[in-house]
Amino acid sequence: MATYQLDITREHCPMTFVKTKIELAKLKAGDTLEVLLSEGEPLENVPRTSQEQGYHVLGVEPAGEKIYKVIIQK
Amino acid sequence: MANKLSIISFSGDFDKLTAVFTLATGAAAVGYEVNLFFTFWGLDAIKKKQGRSFVGGSPLTRLFGFFMGGVKAAPVSRLNFLGASPRIFRWLMRRNNVATPEELIDAAKALGVHFYACEMAMHILGLTKDDFIPEVKDVLGVASFLQIAGGGQTLFI
Repeated sequence: MATYQLDITREHCPMTFVKTKIELAKLKAGDTLEVLLSEGEPLENVPRTSQEQGYHVLGVEPAGEKIYKVIIQK
Repeated sequence: MANKLSIISFSGDFDKLTAVFTLATGAAAVGYEVNLFFTFWGLDAIKKKQGRSFVGGSPLTRLFGFFMGGVKAAPVSRLNFLGASPRIFRWLMRRNNVATPEELIDAAKALGVHFYACEMAMHILGLTKDDFIPEVKDVLGVASFLQIAGGGQTLFI
């Protein structure tokens, strides 16, 4: 079970979702992806849409000024 | 059943293609089934030979193919300023870290967005399926497109 990192703090819609989806698709069962993202649209929607697609959101933690880390597991 | 978004990509303009592929990639990334139906000027975006090239079945259609010129030569729908505006927009996009149409098209391919070409418009422009990128899944008429798009949301851009 591996852990991967993805930083989408500099990305804008739709690449925030696109990059997350492409990385999530590479995960094997039990792997986790830690996504660094900005508050606003990415923070509101990346955890929600990941959950809708059957992934588990293990946590959302502050990781800097207006930046959060979302931990997603397959 | 997954949500579904089908977009009729008619325009071929730089800004409208940006809208098509922004919606398509965003929807695909959040789990939608996405179908893109390229017709008329929109077909220019999925040609294998991008840039100005004489693609077409007759001298007249080859001339159209040359002047349409693919995504790189696509004009913006307003204030094109003889082709200066798309260059300015590309520069602004890179500067603001926003994806360009080419990057969005690559993302759409990676996300498994379905590409379809309009049979009627291909016939007018003298194009065959071999003139398009391999991701173009099929050549369709209206009835087949309606069947594929049925039960989902459809946009015309």
